[in-house]
Amino acid sequence: MYEAIVLLPLLGAIVAGIVCLVGARNRFPGEDPPPAHDYAAAAVGEDHPRGAPAPHAEHAAVAHSHGEAAEHAPSAAGSLLAELTTSTFLVISCALSWFALFDVGIAGHEARVAMFPFISFADLHSEWMLRIDALTTVMLVVVTTISSLVHIYSIGYMEEDPYKPRFFSYLSFFTFAMLMLVTADNLVQLFFGWEGVGLASYLLIGFWYHKPEANAAAIKAFVVNRVGDFGFSLGIFAVFYLTGAVDFDTIFAQAPALVGKSFHFLSWEVDALTAVCLLLFMGAMGKSAQFLLHTWLPDAMEGPTPVSALIHAATMVTAGVFMVARLSPLFSLSPGASGFVTFIGATTAMFAATIGLVQNDIKRIVAYSTCSQLGYMFVAMGVGAYSVGMFHLFTHAFFKALLFLGSGSVIIAMHHEQDTRKMGGLWRKLPFTYATMVIGTLALTGFPFTAGYFSKDAIIESAFVSDGPMASYGFIMTLGAAALTAFYSWRLIFKTFHGEPHDREHYEAAHETAKTMLAPLGLLAFGSIAAGYPALSFFTGHGASEFFRQALTLGAAEKLFESAENLPLMLSLLPTVMMIGGFLVAYQFYIRRPDIPEALARDQRLLYQFLLNKWYFDEIYDFLFVRPALWIGRLFWKGGDGFIIDGFGPDGVSARVLDVTRNVVRLQTGYVYHYAFAMLIGVAAAITWFMFAGSH
Amino acid sequence: MIIGLGHYLSVAAIVFTLGVFGIFLNRKNVIIILMSIELILLSVNINLVAFSTFLGDIVGQVYALIVLTVAAAEAAIGLAILVAYFRNRGSIAVEDVDLLKG
Amino acid sequence: MTLQAIFFYLFGGITVASAGMVIAARNPVHSVLFLILAFVNAAGLFVLMGAEFLAMILIVVYVGAVAVLFLFVVMMLDVDFTELRRGVLSYLPIGALIGAVLLVELLTIVGAWAIGPDVTKAIAAPIPPPNDIPNTQALGLVLYTQYIYFFQAAGVILLVAMIGAIVLTLHHKPNVRRQMIAEQVARHKASAIEIVKVKPGQGLP
Repeated sequence: MYEAIVLLPLLGAIVAGIVCLVGARNRFPGEDPPPAHDYAAAAVGEDHPRGAPAPHAEHAAVAHSHGEAAEHAPSAAGSLLAELTTSTFLVISCALSWFALFDVGIAGHEARVAMFPFISFADLHSEWMLRIDALTTVMLVVVTTISSLVHIYSIGYMEEDPYKPRFFSYLSFFTFAMLMLVTADNLVQLFFGWEGVGLASYLLIGFWYHKPEANAAAIKAFVVNRVGDFGFSLGIFAVFYLTGAVDFDTIFAQAPALVGKSFHFLSWEVDALTAVCLLLFMGAMGKSAQFLLHTWLPDAMEGPTPVSALIHAATMVTAGVFMVARLSPLFSLSPGASGFVTFIGATTAMFAATIGLVQNDIKRIVAYSTCSQLGYMFVAMGVGAYSVGMFHLFTHAFFKALLFLGSGSVIIAMHHEQDTRKMGGLWRKLPFTYATMVIGTLALTGFPFTAGYFSKDAIIESAFVSDGPMASYGFIMTLGAAALTAFYSWRLIFKTFHGEPHDREHYEAAHETAKTMLAPLGLLAFGSIAAGYPALSFFTGHGASEFFRQALTLGAAEKLFESAENLPLMLSLLPTVMMIGGFLVAYQFYIRRPDIPEALARDQRLLYQFLLNKWYFDEIYDFLFVRPALWIGRLFWKGGDGFIIDGFGPDGVSARVLDVTRNVVRLQTGYVYHYAFAMLIGVAAAITWFMFAGSH
Repeated sequence: MIIGLGHYLSVAAIVFTLGVFGIFLNRKNVIIILMSIELILLSVNINLVAFSTFLGDIVGQVYALIVLTVAAAEAAIGLAILVAYFRNRGSIAVEDVDLLKG
Repeated sequence: MTLQAIFFYLFGGITVASAGMVIAARNPVHSVLFLILAFVNAAGLFVLMGAEFLAMILIVVYVGAVAVLFLFVVMMLDVDFTELRRGVLSYLPIGALIGAVLLVELLTIVGAWAIGPDVTKAIAAPIPPPNDIPNTQALGLVLYTQYIYFFQAAGVILLVAMIGAIVLTLHHKPNVRRQMIAEQVARHKASAIEIVKVKPGQGLP
């Protein structure tokens, strides 16, 4: 069964891939395909009748496409096959995952499923093995649920796109890679999944590859991830060096023995466990877009919205969180690394929230919100409350995916307009979307009894009661970020759905979208509420150890849970107070007196620009890293390769040969007496030589 | 004074050198080259006959006779070629004979 | 002996001088004439050395045939008097240097070298004393017996040269009519005559 869960998406990806390749070959024999409809620019008054019932009614994608206006290219052949196959496989996988959750988590049937041998060389042994325990099943449920909902949503969202099979193939491939990551039993397999999701992210961000911004964003995502992966690889090497193995069981067994050990690096003595954890965490920083390696996440919004929902809200970015949770035995033994994790998480939470305050692109607001919430998860991980972090991961997946998909619905309704300044008053036109988005926002900000309330408050409380390093810093930052989160989330809702519409034309044309898009929204809204209270006992308190058993190291967390139950009421209400404060300020700014934000932006020009430009990180990185890298590259290219290698190699040799021959050609004058003269010189030389060098 | 072998050989050497000079020092026409070749062959003949006399071996003279024959044949052919060339090119000035120019 | 010396220097000097004038004369006809002079004096040198047959052959063949041939060609090609073009002077230094080197070396060898003692044993055909057999007969005795093949080969070379010269230079003028003997002889009645019966008073159609 577990192989089915992991491999069904791969099968779907392959089927869709074959459909894509065969169709492409048939449609464009021997030439490049033209770019998809340019979604960047808002199209002009095109009111083809959409909102028709699900495309399952038509029985061929080709016939469907002929009915469309001629503005966009016809869908690829076999789109329907690709969509349905991949979505069906994923729904099956999702159902199996839910079953597995109850089977493993509650009934306690953990499993190890060996698939294939992989590497067996000297001390390095690595197999393809699925490790199924409670942590895994939680992640399986999250990944497959969100992925299947996104697949179904994409059937509607990517309606007009001519390259659907490729999209679905990539989505399923991503799911497969993520599933390999979470079911990995050793670091090499985890890294395989890690890289696979990075690749899928690149392919999906750059899906509309004819847009140069999309290409740049895809490359940026991949390169920044690479920086993190570099640290991750070094971490794997260090683990192998210290323990002689890469599979988790061996590592965890040997971890306690490594406490206090140190190894030599260049001329320093470094504490072994801290170094390993820091290096591994560097990978998490890159993958989960934490403070210094965050620059790729907002740009990743160039990809289609379902991609943002799946990858950059619920799954890929949570891979870092998952990895820290999986390696909790290591992290719990290294207070230095854990403190660093808390520090980075808290800083990210606050930092991303400040930037999200002033963004205008609807997707970017949600992206920074994701970044901030990931910071929350890492704060929880850092103070030792691994299960609480996983709880927030679980709930966050629901409401963040909901927010993204809802934004996608708004974008489609406004015909690919993403700027919130052009929206307004949409609650009348898109009631269902509005309702679900409000539910998502309530969950995000931690409104009592939504899922987010339980998980977020648990984190803030854990940070408060923990005595780990950086815990109080974490507490203050998360608390402040809660207020900011409420503010920007409600700002988004008010600017999009309330007030006066700023773009009359689009407003008139807006209408609720297809059911394939609305159904996932409804399901996620349900999850945003229902995933909270029932799961509370599994993730926090004493129930956590019973649920997770060996999957997470919950020794320190036990103490936290006990202290958390004895918190003064004031403290446990503080996050709610922050949330209400944020809501009130947003209400004031955007409903009652909409002139205040503009006035504030004008008065505080510097601060506003600083926040709007993302604390100028992109510019700093460009100056510090990108330009020097390009300069070095150019130096090697023009100077090294061009001048030295080509100059002394092929080009140089050929030029010298030409020079020599040009001079030698002048000897061939064509006058016989010149040749005779040459012979005479030869004769004279020969005689001279024989006279003086002959037999003496 | 007794005229020894060396004297005759010196004469031959000088004539040889003059013949060689004639090949590449002339700027006038190709016939001079052919005449220089004849001078060279003459010097060779003088050399052969000198040795024949002083060593008392008649083979030198036989050899000189053959050389003479060949020289005559070669002069004839050379001039025939020259005539044919002149008919095609119209000039036998040395500077115009540069068809081999690379 | 001194007479021999005088004649040697006379003949030798004029040979050298005329060789020089061959290459230095402006008028090509003068060059040919100086060439003839060089040949004649060389013949004189040969007579001094006792090879009178060769001396006479030199006159007959070289002067009488080769030099005259040169003269014919010079006249036929109507070669102009040309001034010494400027280019020759640029070559003169290095050419003179090389030539001087060559000459000095040749003379050094001539002066400093001696005949090996074993050479006298290797004489292939000793010259009989000239009072018994004249030079011509001595040559003949050797040439037609031991060196017959060389003699024949020289003949073949001359034949080939003659054919070659004819091939190279003969060209038929286009409009000249000639007899084609073979065709004339190969006529026969069938192709040459046609008998036509003619009625009286009608003539040929």
